Amino acid sequence: MSRPRTLFEKIWEQHQVAQEPDFPTVLYIDLHLIHEVTSPQAFSGLRRRGLGVRRPEKTVATADHSTPTGDPSLPILDLMAARQIRQLEENCREFGITLYDMHSLHRGIVHVIGPELGLTQPGMTIVCGDSHTATHGAFGTLAFGIGTSEVEHVLATQCLLQRKPRTCEVRIDGRLSPGVTAKDIILALIAKIGVGGGTGHVFEYSGSAIRSLNMEERMTVCNMTIEAGARAGMVAPDDTTYQYLAGKPLAPSGAEWEQSLGTWRSLPSDEGAAFDKTITLDATALEPMITYGTNPGMGMPVSGSLPDPDRLSEASEKAALTKALDYMGLRAGTSLLGHPVDAVFIGSCTNSRISDLRAAASLMKGRKVSPGLRVLVVPGSQSVKRQAEAEGLDRIFMEAGADWRQSGCSMCIAMNGDQLEPGQYAVSTSNRNFEGRQGKGGRTFLASPLTAAATALTGKITDVRGMI
Amino acid sequence: MAQFTTLTARALPLPVDNIDTDQIIPARYLKTTDKTGLGSGLFADWRYQVEGAPRPDFPLNDERYAGAQILVAGDNFACGSSREHAPWALADYGFRAVISTSFADIFRNNSLKNGLLPIILEPNAHAAVLRMVTEDPACALTIDLASQQVHLPDGSQASFPIDAFSKQCLLNGIDELGYLLSFEEQIASFEAVQR
Repeated sequence: MSRPRTLFEKIWEQHQVAQEPDFPTVLYIDLHLIHEVTSPQAFSGLRRRGLGVRRPEKTVATADHSTPTGDPSLPILDLMAARQIRQLEENCREFGITLYDMHSLHRGIVHVIGPELGLTQPGMTIVCGDSHTATHGAFGTLAFGIGTSEVEHVLATQCLLQRKPRTCEVRIDGRLSPGVTAKDIILALIAKIGVGGGTGHVFEYSGSAIRSLNMEERMTVCNMTIEAGARAGMVAPDDTTYQYLAGKPLAPSGAEWEQSLGTWRSLPSDEGAAFDKTITLDATALEPMITYGTNPGMGMPVSGSLPDPDRLSEASEKAALTKALDYMGLRAGTSLLGHPVDAVFIGSCTNSRISDLRAAASLMKGRKVSPGLRVLVVPGSQSVKRQAEAEGLDRIFMEAGADWRQSGCSMCIAMNGDQLEPGQYAVSTSNRNFEGRQGKGGRTFLASPLTAAATALTGKITDVRGMI
Repeated sequence: MAQFTTLTARALPLPVDNIDTDQIIPARYLKTTDKTGLGSGLFADWRYQVEGAPRPDFPLNDERYAGAQILVAGDNFACGSSREHAPWALADYGFRAVISTSFADIFRNNSLKNGLLPIILEPNAHAAVLRMVTEDPACALTIDLASQQVHLPDGSQASFPIDAFSKQCLLNGIDELGYLLSFEEQIASFEAVQR
């Protein structure tokens, strides 16, 4: 019998086109997603070299990062953003690439539309010039973010040069308590291992807590794997995966579906397959999490107290925490509960899917957001938006006093005008709390859609467990 | 791609751990469709006050480090986004190498494709380099890629790892895409069988 292999190893070996000794692997890419911000220079490179796109049908484009989320009938006021979007349209037209453009019913955040269209399928290699490509790993794919030079490589050759990463099993057993979500799992993991804890590794999430998550929750976990520094996060496909995929517009159907299912069922890691490293986390012990600092590793249970730099022995850690608390305007030893905020953002490729919006709406139904508080609800795609509107979620949000927007990355990256003012605080369901991430001088607390919705109602950081 | 063989230059210390790509180049600078001109946005939010004046306490604004081509940063440099604008901005500003104790994977890949050398030193060697360039801003480091050594001003040396392929590309100024294109036949036969 052959050596037991991990999910990652199986996909890697199936996609190896060539391998010279001591050199990186030539790895075949099944699906390439592009957007307006990290692709223009790649197309310019192709033109400069006189190259074409090798397999245009394996690249799919959408505009999401710098797109406005306001009235869609108005022109884009930001001339640079408009130019970037126009250039994406021209590039796709010239090279024969499918584009879900500003007028498309299927437009949305690139990591939301891939799965909902059924483009993302188990066993694939998927890349995109965006670090949150890790999201697609929820389907048992090897999916990772790449730079623009690599976007050009994939366009030209449908391949990438890759050094084989190490593997790490992240085993999460137990049962989540009420009010604790997939977002809290991943925030707790990053708080435990730090933002460099996964460098050089691909994570495979396993354990009973992961198995009981639905696909959207698995996507939330895989999405933020990059925030722990890991290249990719994966979950082995199972019946939950197949049920999600069945009937999706671009998923296989008929005889092809049966054939795919057979292949997909062979993907999970074999019994006894070895990982380079293992990390465990107990889901039962988790509480709703919140970040307090300026990287996603600076997180704690929402009921906790802010750590004290004076209690850290490592000089660099002490300096980092002091700097972060100073930027955030917070004092060591205090609680975040009751801390006033200026804005709440519910959206991003981490938490903008229909189940996220349902969770937020369940809390906000029949209630009002805190007076003067700015609450932005930004669906992950136009399809999510339509679904939410069909369910009446838009009315719940608007009647509560929240702003219901068009889909896009919005205030997660603050490139499109949706942003914080200097010094403002936000509870955000997005993935990064870096200095200025949501607008120059803005201060971000990352949390789940439930915690965000609870905070929207009170105007202060709130433990959602007291409201459900 | 620009060749990298040896470099003797001043080094600028920025001893902060986990410097993220949003600090290296904030997202508002990503609306460009070019690779050039990003140097002016490098570390923009740390480098300039809100109204645009340079912050005197930030090392990039310290005259004593003018012309530095090596950045000495804290651990886990350039974590976060995949934006290649980060190495583009560093290179456009004039940096040719970054010294740290570790780098985020995507940034490391991106910088190697732009002639910007990411140098990983052992913590002790890193601390020594940091101390020397902080104490004497005028001192120069020499990086020799062929022998994978950093020569410190006190005459000592520190070695750094780099994979054989990236080293060859940098030493000869070879673009990775050229190498990848040479596999045309293998890619075609892979596609014929598999997809």
